[in-house]
Amino acid sequence: MKLVAGKPESLSPVVTHYCPGCSHGVVHRLIAEVLDELGLREKTVGVASVGCSVLAYNYFETDFVQAPHGRAPAVATGVKRANPNLCVFTYQGDGDMTAIGTSEVIHAAVRGEKFTAIMYNNCIYGMTSGQMSPTTLMGAVTATTPYGRGPEAGMPYRMPEILATTPGAAYVARTHVADVGNIVKTKRAIKKAFEIQMKGLGFTMIEVLGNCPTNWGMTPSESNKYVTGDVMAYFPVGELKDVTKEVPAGVHA
Amino acid sequence: MTHETELTMVKGNEAIGEAAIRSGCRFFFGYPITPQSELPAYMARRMPEVKGTYLQAESELAAINMVLGASAAGARVMTSSSSPGFSLKQEGISYMIGSQLPAVVVNIMRGGPGLGNIQPGQADYFQMVKGGGHGDYHMIALAPSTVQELVDLTSLAFELADKYQNPVGILGDGLLGQTMEPVRFPDLQQDPGPEAKPWALTGANGRAKRFHTSLELSPEALERHNVKLQAKFAEMKKNEARWEEYKCEDAQLVVVAFGTSARVARAAVESARQQGYRVGLLRPITVWPFPSEALSALVDRGVTMFLDVEMNAGQMVEDVQLAVLGRAKVEFYGRTGGMVPTPREVLNEIMKVMGGEAK
Repeated sequence: MKLVAGKPESLSPVVTHYCPGCSHGVVHRLIAEVLDELGLREKTVGVASVGCSVLAYNYFETDFVQAPHGRAPAVATGVKRANPNLCVFTYQGDGDMTAIGTSEVIHAAVRGEKFTAIMYNNCIYGMTSGQMSPTTLMGAVTATTPYGRGPEAGMPYRMPEILATTPGAAYVARTHVADVGNIVKTKRAIKKAFEIQMKGLGFTMIEVLGNCPTNWGMTPSESNKYVTGDVMAYFPVGELKDVTKEVPAGVHA
Repeated sequence: MTHETELTMVKGNEAIGEAAIRSGCRFFFGYPITPQSELPAYMARRMPEVKGTYLQAESELAAINMVLGASAAGARVMTSSSSPGFSLKQEGISYMIGSQLPAVVVNIMRGGPGLGNIQPGQADYFQMVKGGGHGDYHMIALAPSTVQELVDLTSLAFELADKYQNPVGILGDGLLGQTMEPVRFPDLQQDPGPEAKPWALTGANGRAKRFHTSLELSPEALERHNVKLQAKFAEMKKNEARWEEYKCEDAQLVVVAFGTSARVARAAVESARQQGYRVGLLRPITVWPFPSEALSALVDRGVTMFLDVEMNAGQMVEDVQLAVLGRAKVEFYGRTGGMVPTPREVLNEIMKVMGGEAK
């Protein structure tokens, strides 16, 4: 008998607070499946950030600590340094990682901290109800760019491309979860990152492009099309660094 | 506390580091800032010798959050800074108190506000004592006045942090951090580790998951959490006030001062006594909890005047007034900007308050 459907042991049997159609739940499940498959659930400490995923500790059957806004990579550094046998991951949004937490994630990568940072990039602040984030696309209307994002508000930048240039990074990838094929690819990337972390090869990071139907004012199906269209046009998916393949930094796999 | 070891001549900042290691601290996350820089430098050299971890963070914000993470994992952990950097640590301190995570945080104060200067100051009393970060909270704040006391109170700080699952502050100043004095260190102790902390995050191996958060979305739940925290602060207030009295037995006037100011004040009290003035010194060792009952008891015993001396424009003096509740005269003398009062200046103030003249 093989189980073909069910709930991963690492996922808590609770109702989440995420909006209907939001992809956070998909990414949570992928992480939980990977923890199950690698047998890591009982030696994992997750670090929750501030934003929609602030309550992540309610959704995983692993130990968790909740970090101040943007500081999850510093908190994860403390946890992993204190107990290097643990599997440690952060779960952050684009506002958390690419605005207030830019410094913390870059220096965690620079030091080659042996944890996995997962960034759910939906190009907006969700929890605070739809403000522009550093990754908001040009022209996009948000609560704080009511006339569309113009150059005076800066232009979106690509965090994984920056992190991939640091010598301390061992694995950096961008994926998306807007269709089934890419959900499978995202799981593969998460699994690889956790394996590389547990081998102690260096810092690992995955940016997952996700949707935000509520704050984008779209249906779930429209929002997934926006991910595979405009968002992916600016944020190309692929592996940016993988020390196990000896791919030079910045070259797409 | 044992003092079996021989006397060692050591600088204040380095004494804190060695005392922390002797007290089982094996994790230190630092960031350079004068006048505390010898402490992280000492830890960088010493930690590898005891299989500990020293890490230089990219900022004080990162350092305090690394402390939060290591503490959550059950480690005895410390960070240090000086005034401007200590402001940046307030975010993490508030989160740690909300999440009930212990640590020892050191502020070797300098002149302020802003960048101020690198000379000694005591202007961060409000920040440490009244809660420098957001939210309704308190932390025990220890105010050593000698290098030996830096050693002893560093050890005590780790004990109290673990006892109350709350950060404990050490409030020193640039003069104390740079002073060299002979001290005796306690014996080397290991970190009791996560095994000693039933709340430590070690992976949910054969047990239910644990998590640490300061977030409670429902007002009912957050109020319950706050009531619990406040009960803990009340326990600290009841049990942990510490102070030293010097020549207070027959005193009419008592000088109140902590840290470096207290050393200056003690010399002034000596001189005043030689000139026949009935003067004593009350030195708070904990500035939070403040030894209010000790001050109140002095009034009951006949003290009619207090002279509060600080290296700021008057901060602790408010706590002195609250303790005395108008039952005695409370005067203040302070220097700011990195100026350290001289014993002569304090003696003049004593005589002014007591109606005498400088001789």
